[in-house]
Amino acid sequence: MSDVQQEWPLWEVFVRSKSGLDHKHCGSLHASDARMAVQMARDVYTRRQEGTSVWVVRSDHIVASDPGEKDMYFDPAEDKVYRHPTFYKLPASVDHM
Amino acid sequence: MQATSIHISQEPRVQYLLRIGDTALILAQRLSEWTGHAPVIEEDIALSNIALDLVGQARAVLTHAGTVEGAGHDEDQLAFLREERDYRNVTLVELPRSDFAVTVLRNTMMATFLRLLWERLGSSSDAELAAIAGKAIKEARYHQRHSADWMVRLGRGTAESKQRLARALDLLWPYAAELFASDAVDDAAAQAGLGPRWGDLKDDWLADMTAILGESALPVPPFVPFLSTGKHGVHSEHMGFILAEMQHLQRAYPGGVW
Repeated sequence: MSDVQQEWPLWEVFVRSKSGLDHKHCGSLHASDARMAVQMARDVYTRRQEGTSVWVVRSDHIVASDPGEKDMYFDPAEDKVYRHPTFYKLPASVDHM
Repeated sequence: MQATSIHISQEPRVQYLLRIGDTALILAQRLSEWTGHAPVIEEDIALSNIALDLVGQARAVLTHAGTVEGAGHDEDQLAFLREERDYRNVTLVELPRSDFAVTVLRNTMMATFLRLLWERLGSSSDAELAAIAGKAIKEARYHQRHSADWMVRLGRGTAESKQRLARALDLLWPYAAELFASDAVDDAAAQAGLGPRWGDLKDDWLADMTAILGESALPVPPFVPFLSTGKHGVHSEHMGFILAEMQHLQRAYPGGVW
């Protein structure tokens, strides 16, 4: 068994809280397979009633932007305030947007 | 408060409840030994969660046993102030935790049994017990899933994990017979609609275990004539050590609470 992995792969965990609409990233854990990852996520991250649903995804399946390219990616949006919908007048009957 | 030992009614209804409560209690105590010592932090938390579920089940059932007995014993007195011979847990749950394979197999055997038992107790004529079962059944289903998945991983894992699981099976399987050895306490419970004869759960248990062992690439061992006797208060040599640790605080500081 020379191909036995010494380390279990890392998984990112997303939990949907009772009131929340979407799954939120809450941490990561090690697990040998997807089935174990879901169970471990349940045991590690929802033991205080934090959730009604969990997602897990292999961390190495996440494609991320390069922190070194942060300037190129995100700074150009800085001076484009007109992209915010703050110039519209909302009807009085709309409480929260 | 006093820390001298209490003695419990031999009434079959009380005895039936004590068997359930004590089995959950002692298994929880054994499982809690893994806290801080499991192979990985994730499983450490998972095992502690299972232990806490079992403590919750034990608390509810022992509290109810105290009420049914009517002698004013609360859950703490029942859990901590009895003598060894008055504990009614099956011997299987008091055996040392040993290695991870032993723990995984015992959890699988017990979760499978408790799932079947709680399912049946959900329709108990005792409304309180039925309510406890309604909550506990969800926990037992998860315990069985989690433990059985580990069985498959170990059974189909490396040469060493397979060998350790096979050894665990040799060690623990003979203690399964006690779960299904029905007696007068079971007969009384069945007659009153309190709960099933434990022996009536054997076929379903064996079917589940056969499926899990099959997936884990392990044979189903035959039952042997050996019959352990924890349910009758005659325990293995390990029980006294568990109680010494469990009871130490209540005996030293009677009535101590959080």
